[in-house]
Amino acid sequence: MGCPPGGGAVRTLADEAATRLGVGRIVEWARAHALPGAALVGIQTGGARLAEAVASSLAAGGKTIPMGLLDITLYRDDLAMRLRQPVVRRTEMPFSVDGATILLLDDVLYTGRTLRAALGELHDLGRPARVLLGVLVDRGGRELPIQPDAFGIRCDVPSGERVEVDWSASAGPRILVTAEVPR
Amino acid sequence: MTWNAKDLLGIEELTAGEIGTILDTAESFSEVTLRSVKKVPALRGKIVVNLFYEPSTRTQHSFSLAAKSLSAEVQPFSVASSSTTKGETLLDTARNLQATGADIIILRHPASGSARHLARALTASVINAGDGAHEHPTQALVDLFTLRRRFGRIAGLRVAIVGDVLHSRVARSNLWGLLRLGAQVVLVGPSTLVPREFENLGVEIHHDIDRELERCDAFNFLRIQTERQAAGLFPSLREYTAMFGMNATRARRLKPGAVIMHPGPVNRGVELTAEVADGPRSVILEQAAHGLAVRMAVLFLVSGHAPQGQGSDSAVQGASSPATTHNERS
Repeated sequence: MGCPPGGGAVRTLADEAATRLGVGRIVEWARAHALPGAALVGIQTGGARLAEAVASSLAAGGKTIPMGLLDITLYRDDLAMRLRQPVVRRTEMPFSVDGATILLLDDVLYTGRTLRAALGELHDLGRPARVLLGVLVDRGGRELPIQPDAFGIRCDVPSGERVEVDWSASAGPRILVTAEVPR
Repeated sequence: MTWNAKDLLGIEELTAGEIGTILDTAESFSEVTLRSVKKVPALRGKIVVNLFYEPSTRTQHSFSLAAKSLSAEVQPFSVASSSTTKGETLLDTARNLQATGADIIILRHPASGSARHLARALTASVINAGDGAHEHPTQALVDLFTLRRRFGRIAGLRVAIVGDVLHSRVARSNLWGLLRLGAQVVLVGPSTLVPREFENLGVEIHHDIDRELERCDAFNFLRIQTERQAAGLFPSLREYTAMFGMNATRARRLKPGAVIMHPGPVNRGVELTAEVADGPRSVILEQAAHGLAVRMAVLFLVSGHAPQGQGSDSAVQGASSPATTHNERS
């Protein structure tokens, strides 16, 4: 998937149609791995939205798979450096992590630090048999050796810009790029 | 979610939003306490010192466990075997602790105002674990958390605080929190132990517990200290218990769903009979369990706001050091 040109305060990386195709790729990947012992885990909050979308697509096709939520705030490697108080949201694993094949989902993959935190936390919750990673947007810029097993959209975005998935639109999610602000 | 202070000194100065932030954060930590690995790395490498000038089992133990659950290092400080016995002042003691790396100091001290005194002088975070008769904010937060869990809200509840309100920092902190969040507060006890002046804060005062039994959603019983009886503030423990103690007979008249609370330790047979303390209305053990999540939340919130070096003014937060601007990147 190609990257649209830069410039301007807010630009659309992927519109509703392109984003829907990206989500669809993740759904197909999840469907292929939705065997007994598998579970979806969405990283709060964007990954959780993605996991809900994937779970309902799978359910519509007759496949049910357990779904967990993971808040990684307490495992972040930059807690001491944040300017604003981070919000700790729910972590729920309604299945046993021990021996599970975890399909870990996040909406945007950038430096890889969120995923590192997520892997640490998952291993404090139990010992998964495997962890596979699916992301809606891989924007490049990795600072750790972490790569997705599946992605919806790939596009290198420069470091001064922030990639966000806008889940709120009634027409469906789309992917936006804005100028980075200090957090 | 709002929290901008490096310290927690009392409830009186908190807004309803700030109290809500602590309670919401405690909900998240409640989930952590249910995991098999009850530990998260959020405060890894931070040093927390329990500076207790008064004895405590519960509060000290609870703070210690909370800090360890956040992966912090906990340093106990035994006042009796410290240089306090040589006359070292509170401030000097605390400055020394800060100089050797303490990030958070949890203070319990017999002088009202001691926590603020310390907080102004230090860049480290200060958490008030009880200062004289002034405030015991984490106990009140535990009580508010327990009520919110039980009733889904605080606003509109009618809560009775029963016993020695005069000498109680738990009563004061609870009172501020309940009023700020919109509850009705009733103080019940002998007139020698419930000062009339408290009516100016917007609470009701009654000296008869029986008239409140059917009216209140919760009764928070304060521990009776026997020294007060020796000082002539009430004639005898038996008379106190007869007039203000909760027993099975009184408990039968409570509203459906009404709960009995006590910060602990309970004087069985004085504030509560054993039957009531262990009975179905009692949420005393829930309060104790929630203490861990609430204290984890408080440690987490204050540690996010310690300035990175200079400046002890707790009003200067967040952007105190432009060099540490950091962009969230996933």
